[in-house]
Amino acid sequence: MEQFETMQQFALSWALVFLTAVFVAAVVWAFWPGNRKAQDEAAKSIFRNEDRPARDGSTFKEAWK
Amino acid sequence: MWDYVKLIALGMVALCSAIIANYARDFGYELHAILVTGVAAVVFIWQLRQMEQPRPVPTNEYMDGVIRAGVIATAFWGVVGFLAGVFIASQLAFPALNFQWAEGYMNFGRLRPLHTSAVIFAFGGNALIATSFYVVQRTSAVRLWGGNAAWFVFWGYNLFIVLAASGYVLGITQAKEYAEPEWYMDLWLTIVWLVYLAVFLGTILRRREPHIYVANWFYLSFIVTIAMLHVFNNLSIPVSIFGSKSVQVFSGVQDAMVQWWYGHNAVGFFLTAGFLGMMYYFVPKQAERPVYSYKLSIIHFWALIFLYIWAGPHHLHYTALPDWASTLGMVFSIMLWMPSWGGMINGLMTLSGAWDKLRTDPIMRMMVVSVGFYGMSTFEGPMMSIKTVNSLSHYTDWTIGHVHSGALGWNGMITFGALYFLTPRLWNRERLYSSRLVSWHFWLATIGIVLYAASMWVSGIMEGLMWREVDAQGYLVNSFADTVVARHPMLLARAIGGGMYLTGALIMVYNLWKTVTSAPERAPDTAAVPAE
Repeated sequence: MEQFETMQQFALSWALVFLTAVFVAAVVWAFWPGNRKAQDEAAKSIFRNEDRPARDGSTFKEAWK
Repeated sequence: MWDYVKLIALGMVALCSAIIANYARDFGYELHAILVTGVAAVVFIWQLRQMEQPRPVPTNEYMDGVIRAGVIATAFWGVVGFLAGVFIASQLAFPALNFQWAEGYMNFGRLRPLHTSAVIFAFGGNALIATSFYVVQRTSAVRLWGGNAAWFVFWGYNLFIVLAASGYVLGITQAKEYAEPEWYMDLWLTIVWLVYLAVFLGTILRRREPHIYVANWFYLSFIVTIAMLHVFNNLSIPVSIFGSKSVQVFSGVQDAMVQWWYGHNAVGFFLTAGFLGMMYYFVPKQAERPVYSYKLSIIHFWALIFLYIWAGPHHLHYTALPDWASTLGMVFSIMLWMPSWGGMINGLMTLSGAWDKLRTDPIMRMMVVSVGFYGMSTFEGPMMSIKTVNSLSHYTDWTIGHVHSGALGWNGMITFGALYFLTPRLWNRERLYSSRLVSWHFWLATIGIVLYAASMWVSGIMEGLMWREVDAQGYLVNSFADTVVARHPMLLARAIGGGMYLTGALIMVYNLWKTVTSAPERAPDTAAVPAE
């Protein structure tokens, strides 16, 4: 029971604040004026590379490198 | 080296399941063990013939074979699932169809989970896996990661479905709605699902586009969340490793809450987030214009996943669940109105400036109706989650009508649209065999859904009112059997609606088959491709 109450306290304080902050950050990020160009670019990305993968070095570096 | 590991593992699986078949405590489990032995043996031989042969990976091509297989499986399981649905709908209207000779195998109780699993997990699941593989490759501009792991996902998932479906008929179930498969199938699905996650994530990590397209966000949230839900809802301890029966770890109201936390998020993340991934790719592609607002799609995504996960308790109004929990579920369900409608508007407005396509392109029409049904059922759902409304609608046919306007309207129609989009491209055809047949499919399906949903509204509200009707002395007026009699015409209309939907799907299968076999081939790419 004690464990439950500790978890409950955490859930309705820090976890709530954290989740709300993440959500607000996502919304702010979506509306950030500087991101407009990248968003337009992403929206159009579905019209590229329809038939075959992009060739090495042709567009962007592999993201994880 | 890796080949030998696989060979040894397959041999061990075949041997162990043969031993298990020998000691099995129930018939269904024995049959499954024999089936697994057979499958492992076949794959063993296939693997043996492949040993130490060089297998070049063409990095300048997408991996489309597994998607083709997924398209075939989707169409096949769709027909199986719809057929099962029409049959059990007829059983409800005419109980004599619960044949005496098939008692214990083909009665309503056995076939009902077969229907739900066939349409949600077999039809919907195969559609999600196939389209996610298609979309993630095109939007990441790389071949699928992990080589044949994608094939493992496809075959592994379909093996799970065959095991689950045959198990239901033989009475293997843990009696949790939409999570009926027993412990050993759950374990197998967990393995398959983790490989699926690895293939999907691996492809995204190696992408050659700077941004992860929004469809991939939806697909990824679907894969991750389903993994989590599946594991928690299926925490159970088998009675014996030689038998199918297991015992749940949770009990009572905790078990109910975990079940509906799972159940509702199966709707939220399997049937909504995953299919929204489809919408965000195929609707803009078919309309040949980018999504209406990319900003809105980002907000749609985050709002949807932050809210959906809390909505489950609305399935347990007026039960042993504490009031605060069911109120919480209700409030979050109502808040879901906003992201759902934001997403619907985003899908529909993608057509702004191209509305004429609705007149000329039956595939586009299908997708738009699908998004329309998404909006309608995400309006109806929150309304039904309000406690007062729920006290009338719960346990009645209204719930079934609601589920089907979502499943047939939204999931079914967007999947048909995607299949019509994919088939000519995957089999290198100029176009579909016949647009007229697509129109036939469209109208049969749409009118079928309208018949289905409307009859279930009437029947459901009638049931709800009859169940609560009391006379001046406070006695209930109607017996349960009275409501059963009163429902008959509506059950008939529902079965007819379902039959129309099934007919439409059969027309689609014929059309897709003819597209592959006799539509003109696509003209070779004239653009110069530099030698690699």
